[in-house]
Amino acid sequence: MRSWSFFAIALSIGALLFALTLWVRNDYLFFAGYVVLQFVVLATAWNILGGYCGYVNFGSAAFFAIGVYSAVAANKLGSNPARFLPDFVASGLAPLLPLPIPVLMLIAGLAAGVVGFGMGYLTLRLRGVFFAIATLAMAVVLQTLIINWDFVGGSRGAYIVRPAKAALGPVAIGYIEYLFAIMLLLAVIALTIARLIERSRLGYGFASIRDDELAAEACGVPTLRLKLIATTISGALMGMAGAPFPFYIGYVEPAAAFGLPYAVNSIAMPMIGGTTSWVGPLLGALVLGSLQQIATVTISSAVNLLIVGVLLVGFVVIAPKGIVGLVEDWRHARAKP
Amino acid sequence: MTGPLLEIRSVGKRFGGFVALEGIDLDVAQGERLGLIGPNGSGKSTLVNCICGTLSNETGSVRFEGRVLDGLAANQRTHLGLARSFQLPRPFMSLSVADNLRIPLLYAVPKRSLSLLSPEDLDARCLELLRQVGLEAKARQRPRTLSQVEMRKLELARAMAAEPKLLIADEVMAGLSPAEIEDIIGLLLRLNEQGITIILIEHIMRAVMRFSQRLAVLVSGRKIADGKPQEVVNNQTVVSAYLGQ
Amino acid sequence: MGIPFELLINAVVAGVLLGGFYAAVTLGISISFGMLDVVNIAHPAFIILGSYIAYLLNLSFGLDPIIAALIMLPAFYVLGQVVYQIYHLSFERRGQDALRGLAFFFGLLFITEVVLILVFGVDYRYVEAPYIGPTWRLGFVDLPLRMLVPCLVSLLLVVVLQLLLTRTFFGRALKAVAQDQLALQLMAADPIRIKRMAFGVSIATACLAGAFLIIIQPVEPSVGRDYIGRVFAICVLGGMGSLPGTVIAAMLLGIVESLTATFYGPSWAPAVAFGFLLLTLAVRPAGILGR
Repeated sequence: MRSWSFFAIALSIGALLFALTLWVRNDYLFFAGYVVLQFVVLATAWNILGGYCGYVNFGSAAFFAIGVYSAVAANKLGSNPARFLPDFVASGLAPLLPLPIPVLMLIAGLAAGVVGFGMGYLTLRLRGVFFAIATLAMAVVLQTLIINWDFVGGSRGAYIVRPAKAALGPVAIGYIEYLFAIMLLLAVIALTIARLIERSRLGYGFASIRDDELAAEACGVPTLRLKLIATTISGALMGMAGAPFPFYIGYVEPAAAFGLPYAVNSIAMPMIGGTTSWVGPLLGALVLGSLQQIATVTISSAVNLLIVGVLLVGFVVIAPKGIVGLVEDWRHARAKP
Repeated sequence: MTGPLLEIRSVGKRFGGFVALEGIDLDVAQGERLGLIGPNGSGKSTLVNCICGTLSNETGSVRFEGRVLDGLAANQRTHLGLARSFQLPRPFMSLSVADNLRIPLLYAVPKRSLSLLSPEDLDARCLELLRQVGLEAKARQRPRTLSQVEMRKLELARAMAAEPKLLIADEVMAGLSPAEIEDIIGLLLRLNEQGITIILIEHIMRAVMRFSQRLAVLVSGRKIADGKPQEVVNNQTVVSAYLGQ
Repeated sequence: MGIPFELLINAVVAGVLLGGFYAAVTLGISISFGMLDVVNIAHPAFIILGSYIAYLLNLSFGLDPIIAALIMLPAFYVLGQVVYQIYHLSFERRGQDALRGLAFFFGLLFITEVVLILVFGVDYRYVEAPYIGPTWRLGFVDLPLRMLVPCLVSLLLVVVLQLLLTRTFFGRALKAVAQDQLALQLMAADPIRIKRMAFGVSIATACLAGAFLIIIQPVEPSVGRDYIGRVFAICVLGGMGSLPGTVIAAMLLGIVESLTATFYGPSWAPAVAFGFLLLTLAVRPAGILGR
């Protein structure tokens, strides 16, 4: 199936989902759904570097947070341009303000992509294991920088005022519905990109790096360049997922934005779903994300993290190829006479 | 083109205190068939790694077509026309046998020919290469199902897929039956007739003698002989160091 | 300049004491990562576990935390062996990529932290001991006993381990395993058993390190995370499997952290270790006393 067809179909499914949720008239579904969709994006993004290339990124939270804080910073700049920018720039920008979320997402994606590239450049020459540790290090360094950056509130945090209503084309809808729709679109885009990569020359290159980087080099694969591409795309998508978050939650502080749940879920969801294709992260995010939402509401949020940890360890030990792998094996077994 | 295809000058490589290579001088002419022999641990594979960029030599230099290779990454050297098989096979385990050949076809070949092959041509080329080494029946399988011998053939096919000017075959014949050895020698001779320069690293003396126009001997990281196969094999130093008394 | 000399010296001394403690914390990783090539990113979790057990024994029986840890050593040794066996059967034997092993330990780290939160809550816990509180004064130099005692015991631990590595068959077999497993097999020793024992030792050191930790500072479940970067930074900087290197690197990090906290404020301290790590990885992956 060509990628445009896939995109169109996924978009239609998304639109259907959106309409259904609207029809049910339960605001909670939008709040919970937003979080699950956000994880679809994060898991898919992580998998591009982690599953396809085999480079584990422990710093997903950092890229997410870059997205969050780019949006906060840009929003703050936009709310009072005269104070921060020279006059002619401020008046030039005026008709564009306040910056709509899609624009903030692009800014966030750009920022996160640049950081992804930079981080990759510094760390991708390292063996896989050292790369993983280095990503952890970068996340902490970044968090420390943000905590000490007063413009975005530092450790005190920053408040974002959420508008009451928004427009989706000619139709006026509630704000949370608007955020949900945006995240849905981003999820469809992320899945399309992942699928496109998977089936392309790039995807083969990634797979060769994952399987045996030395042999890949000998076959002419420019491994460093490909890894940088993966890191940049992965980082950019995660940043874009973070941009609407301040508007979703109203108040951001570094501990939450850099929270461990983001790092763990970005890794757990693809590993549980299956890392070799775009389906895995989607499945993992849907299953695990929904489980966590249910657990948070019914039991407690500490327990929901326990679920993630146990499932991760369980799957990694027993079913390393994830849900996708299990299904494949089952089909294989059934096909044999 | 004047001058040798590959010029190795005073190449040296250490691992901590262990001297793997010392002062290696070696030329390979365009279109030549060079045999490289020596006991295990003499540095043959290390030399290959230094030529191809998997390792970097500390001293000396390597020139290919007159161009200095030092500082170039392994993939860049492959783009220039070098290809090698690994002594211990390193297949891409998650890809099918045919797809293993797709990687060099996608990444090494396009650098020289200007366009990318169409998907059908790619598939055809993969099968064609597998046929040449006798593996086309296993095209859709994973490398996991291959025997050691078949994996070595895959290594050779993968190196061939890169359409090199210089092919280094590192112990591809280990474990093959005499008939299979004949097949591989035939294959390599045909490649050579097409203009590909070949360095054959082997322990199987019969194959080496049949195939090589010239023979070089490595012992303990040094080259102790370099010349016509018949002369080298009768050289006293070579006999005592490697061939047996 | 204007930096008060006394302040500087005290910061350095504090750093040295801290470094001694960091050495104990990193010992386990030097063994599991430096020698066995097992990326046990969950090591800090075992340390915190040790801290909480020391806390319980201290609370219930008034046991000195270090004594408590010594009593628990065998249990942790066995725990380490069990964990390694699972790891070996699930990953090493199957020849899986490092990704899954890492995810396994990451999951363990997580589970441990969450279980501790569920059992103990997020309040800070601390222990009581006669040397927590008093400070020796040597001229203008402050030597808080709660830092000095762990530092000294930790250095003792390093010496003991180094003797173990150099003077016993187990130690030499371990060094052999680190370099060439096949050779060891030919020597008729079982490399897996050696690795398992070594991993057990690694986790046992975590038990002691945990006791040191809760002596030095109050502990709550997420404290372990700060140490992930520190231990790997020190391990790499110290040249992977080298114990003397680990001590030197630990001291270095302790001093730099202490100076940063004193002159720039404690909110920058976490970044120091990680910044160090990044620098080391970028410039000299082989560390200071590299292999």
